[in-house]
Amino acid sequence: MLKQTPLNITHRELGARMVDFGGWDMPVNYGSQIEEHHAVRTGCGLFDVSHMLPVDLEGAEVRAFLRRLMANNVDKLQVSGKALYSCMLNEAGGVIDDLIIYFMDENWFRVVANAGCADKDLAWMERMNAEWGAGCTLTPRRDLAMIAIQGPDAPRVLNHALPGVDSITATLKPFTAAAMGEMFIARTGYTGEDGFEAMVLAKAAPFFWRALMEAGGKPIGLGARDTLRLEAGMNLYGQDMDETANPLESGLAWTVDLKTERDFVGRSALEASEVTQQLVGLVLVDRGVLRSHQKVHTKNGDGEITSGTFSPTMQQSIALARVPLGIAPGDEVEVEIRDKALRAKVVKYPFVRNGKVLI
Amino acid sequence: MSIPADLKYTPSHEWVRVEADGTLTVGITHHAQDLLGDMVFVESPATGRALGKGEECAVVESVKAASDVYAPVAGEVIAANGEVESSPESVNQDAYAAWLFKLKPANPADVDALLDAAAYQKLVESDAH
Repeated sequence: MLKQTPLNITHRELGARMVDFGGWDMPVNYGSQIEEHHAVRTGCGLFDVSHMLPVDLEGAEVRAFLRRLMANNVDKLQVSGKALYSCMLNEAGGVIDDLIIYFMDENWFRVVANAGCADKDLAWMERMNAEWGAGCTLTPRRDLAMIAIQGPDAPRVLNHALPGVDSITATLKPFTAAAMGEMFIARTGYTGEDGFEAMVLAKAAPFFWRALMEAGGKPIGLGARDTLRLEAGMNLYGQDMDETANPLESGLAWTVDLKTERDFVGRSALEASEVTQQLVGLVLVDRGVLRSHQKVHTKNGDGEITSGTFSPTMQQSIALARVPLGIAPGDEVEVEIRDKALRAKVVKYPFVRNGKVLI
Repeated sequence: MSIPADLKYTPSHEWVRVEADGTLTVGITHHAQDLLGDMVFVESPATGRALGKGEECAVVESVKAASDVYAPVAGEVIAANGEVESSPESVNQDAYAAWLFKLKPANPADVDALLDAAAYQKLVESDAH
């Protein structure tokens, strides 16, 4: 039996094509995936991301606990509402999950876990909490639904659906959040556009979704979510990194804080590891479509595409690929697609931000 | 969308039209394009290529996924649709107009073994459950 979000019936009423997404019954598209993609780049799109799991961590020792648990440094979070993107590593330095951590107050942090990682994340956090005697209270919030409202028109759409909310959102900076009772609004997203991720009580979600649609928000499926995040150069857990991947070889070095003396899980393994690969962007020169697991031939040896797709904004195929060090933007590589070797150019990603092509 | 009664079909979702001169025009069905979604790449077989029945001979790719197209019967490729290669979205717009390639069948009677519209309809319905 597939798990359902509080918006499952809403998706079906809207005629979505539903798929099994890691055990969740989720909308992959409602109509044309490409039109959904463009709607987010030019207007406002709505995503049901309720399969992701918010976990509240409470107690006096939460900051100290997260300082040791996370590869990024929660001491960067000093202002209430500030968010931090971080990997949670295992002892071997592999990525258990990538998460967003919200600092609300010294007794309350909220972490949002990927759907497919939620159970193991929770088990890992509980285990470390017990092992270290941290005494934190961990509360998985399956009673919440999460809706992402993304695109240049997102502020207007949100304010139309929740009149007056702009008194908060107008001054809400990127990567910060505000909580009002059980409503939680963060200026975050996975599309490379302005927008919000709003958490509301599950029972409020269908009405909230309809109000956002009434205001001009277009329902967007997981298909366009993937092309949008890839254009924005954002990693996808399970594809661009996993428990066997070194974050320093996955384009995530900027999220691993090695500057301070802070000891965290995975640090010693990372410092002992030999980094030989890197994540780069590719743009296909020849005709075709880049896909994950295609082999990449470079002058320094072979690599592999971790995520690839056709970019609706750029009208050509793009990818993230793990390739040997020394390969740099401007280099040409060959990608094995079926029986052919097609030419691709190495580029610095992100590919698209705020509706603009950066390549 | 109805399944045209005058065409033949394969279980792998190709449609086949027998032309007056006995050659075959091949495409993918409306159901196939609906499953795949927005098409972004089409590659047809080279003219003159000899195909065995069921041989992989073309590729259609949507934003979501790549899918092989198989030769419905044995034969020789006599034409490929360059227009569809340059506008893959035409497969979404009208799958039965956007043919991929034309075949000269090795044995014209092979076509009789393909599915008719009613049998293909049944197959699509059983796919949906």
